[in-house]
Amino acid sequence: MERASAAYENDLNLKATELRLGLPGTDESSEKQSSRNYKRSSPEMDNSCQKDEQKCVPASKAQVVGWPPVRSYLKNVLHQKNDSDLSGMFVKVSMDGAPYLRKIDIKVYKNYPDLLKALENMFKCSIGVYSEREGCNGSDFSPTYEDKDGDWMLVGDVPWDMFITSCKRLRIMKGSEAKGLGCL
Amino acid sequence: MHSFHSMLNYFPEEVLEHIFDFLTSHRDRNAVSLVCKSWYAVERFSREKVFVGNCYAISPERLIARFPRVRSLTLKGKPHFADFNLVPNDWGGYVQPWIESIVRGRVNLEELRLKRMLVSDESLELLATFFPNFKSLVLVSCEGFTTDGLAAIASNCRFLRELDLQENEVEDRRGQWLSCFPDSCTSLVSLNFTCLKGEVNLASLERLVARCRNLRSLRVNNAVPLDALQRILAQAPQLVDLGTGSFVHDPDTESYNKLETSMQKCTSITSLSGFLDVSARCLPAVYPICGQLTSLNLSYAPGIYSDELVKLICYCNRLERLLVLDTIGDKGLGVVASSCKELQELRVFLSDVYGIGNTAVTEEGLVAISAGCPKLNSILYFCQQMTNEALIMVAKNCPNFIRFRLCTLNPTVPDAITMQPLDEGFGAIVKSCKDLKRLSISGLLTDQVFLYIGRYAKQLEMLSIAFAGDSDKGMLSVLNGCKKLKKLEIRDCPFGNVALLADMGKYETMRSLWMSSCEVTFGACKTLAQKMPRLNVEIINENDQIEASVDDKQKVEKMYLYRTLVGPRKDAPGFVWTL
Repeated sequence: MERASAAYENDLNLKATELRLGLPGTDESSEKQSSRNYKRSSPEMDNSCQKDEQKCVPASKAQVVGWPPVRSYLKNVLHQKNDSDLSGMFVKVSMDGAPYLRKIDIKVYKNYPDLLKALENMFKCSIGVYSEREGCNGSDFSPTYEDKDGDWMLVGDVPWDMFITSCKRLRIMKGSEAKGLGCL
Repeated sequence: MHSFHSMLNYFPEEVLEHIFDFLTSHRDRNAVSLVCKSWYAVERFSREKVFVGNCYAISPERLIARFPRVRSLTLKGKPHFADFNLVPNDWGGYVQPWIESIVRGRVNLEELRLKRMLVSDESLELLATFFPNFKSLVLVSCEGFTTDGLAAIASNCRFLRELDLQENEVEDRRGQWLSCFPDSCTSLVSLNFTCLKGEVNLASLERLVARCRNLRSLRVNNAVPLDALQRILAQAPQLVDLGTGSFVHDPDTESYNKLETSMQKCTSITSLSGFLDVSARCLPAVYPICGQLTSLNLSYAPGIYSDELVKLICYCNRLERLLVLDTIGDKGLGVVASSCKELQELRVFLSDVYGIGNTAVTEEGLVAISAGCPKLNSILYFCQQMTNEALIMVAKNCPNFIRFRLCTLNPTVPDAITMQPLDEGFGAIVKSCKDLKRLSISGLLTDQVFLYIGRYAKQLEMLSIAFAGDSDKGMLSVLNGCKKLKKLEIRDCPFGNVALLADMGKYETMRSLWMSSCEVTFGACKTLAQKMPRLNVEIINENDQIEASVDDKQKVEKMYLYRTLVGPRKDAPGFVWTL
């Protein structure tokens, strides 16, 4: 029995289809390096993955304390700047089922509840109440956004300041599709 | 040699003192004082400027005892990694005991320069009260004081020449501190209050500038609007260094035209900074002086985008020092390379501080700069990616680096093309740049890079390492090879007890060693502390209170050790444990 299954595995050449990090054709040693990466850095900078096909950890956007090494003074200056940027930040908003898109200036809003209320008014729908703990709750629609990496994220996970600098467009998803995002 | 030495001994001390006067560097003076006892004696009585790189290495009493005529004191407090939130705010570095001692010692203090220290209003008030000749206060990355303390300085220091506040956290009490400069104060040469967040009385500022005819350097804060700046410039065309406040205005106004005229008259300005709040349409007002600039700092100005940056910089043909954000992009750096042939120092900072997106500069920008700017000797470069090939080319183009600091956004990113570690690239840098004094490395790095550093970086004084190396061999290579090493700071590297304890005497030749998130254990730190009484080995443990019975095998989260002549410090907070 066992021998048969072993032969079966050999035939299937599972190694070739094995899911692991690294470029195709790389071997054990490169695997070792990527596991070392994982142990020592929990990178927020996986964007480099998409861009350069490097070995790196799957997206866990945890922040490493003190990395990148930017002086807190400079961080504060730039942080404040993001708030008071005069040019505004217009992003497209699409809603599943709506015939056309809208555009809003997300810099106008101070926090998530403000934004969601505005979206509700604009699309005459119920997006649900935002709460720090649970995100959006109790509705058929879920607000999602596309961030700088091109990923679709659920609105509400990251701090507001971070959100407005990374949001490129918004999409209000219908309940059935949004289920997987763990909103409800 | 013999007869020369004896001849020198026949010289009266005044002559020796006069000769020593020509030695300005504290290192030269330190060297001179080691020659013999009589030189030591002459030197110490004539020393006026003292530099203390670590405020806990010596006590103020001993310093004053040795240098009773000290007039200028420079003190540094927290370790460098405190800049990146790795050290709690109340770790230490208080200036108060120093000022109290200096008051008691009846020292005629005229100049105080502090970096990463905790300064209270009380300290500033003491300074203002007891030192009538006080001339110069420079505070860099300090905190703990408010504008009330500044008011005390402004009110009482009648001969104040310099008040220079760089990147401090200052609580604004809205007490009109600037208005406290009396009408009789005309001595100001340098005033920098960029880091203050609150408003100042603009009329007071304009009057102050008008009566201080020797004012050379003025850096205002964001609360000073463009039209006030114009009036100030009209009064002070002799300025050499200008830091703008808010640079936002409608360019079609008379106010703006006046600014252009006033700016044109400022033919002495060679250093420009500020622009925290900036509207790109106002930048052309600055074009007339670009050709005179040797130093340009736009690192606080994320509001200036690449195109406008480039337009500005291509006029700056005499630039020697440039600080920008990475919004300049590789293309922008290409323009810098072709326009700024005199460039010596470049810093490209991260604009996207949450690390969400991509930085706009890569190895291409760095290579372009190195090719176009042969005088480059100091660089700080935050980038998305790097390659060995690029670093090797940079090393070839610029063998004169004194400071080389590279920071990749992903701390363990390999060579972007070959996927190899960046060992060879940094190896080329240290091999080529024989005068390298400061190095920060980044990216995927093995023990090999440390072998190179130990072998070639013979002049290296400061090394910063993060997420690098494979084993103790790496750290050992550095400790053994870098004979002039003064400061070593390491985080998140697999270096442990073997490396730490291999050459304990080495640490007495260095100012300090920082190791955090490495493999060093309590037991090893205790051993080191026991064997080396002239080192303070501090463990910083923020989460739990220090327990008496800690497992020796437990890894230490943060360790900071430094040489000292005065034993464990008495002001350590609860979470700092000196072994």
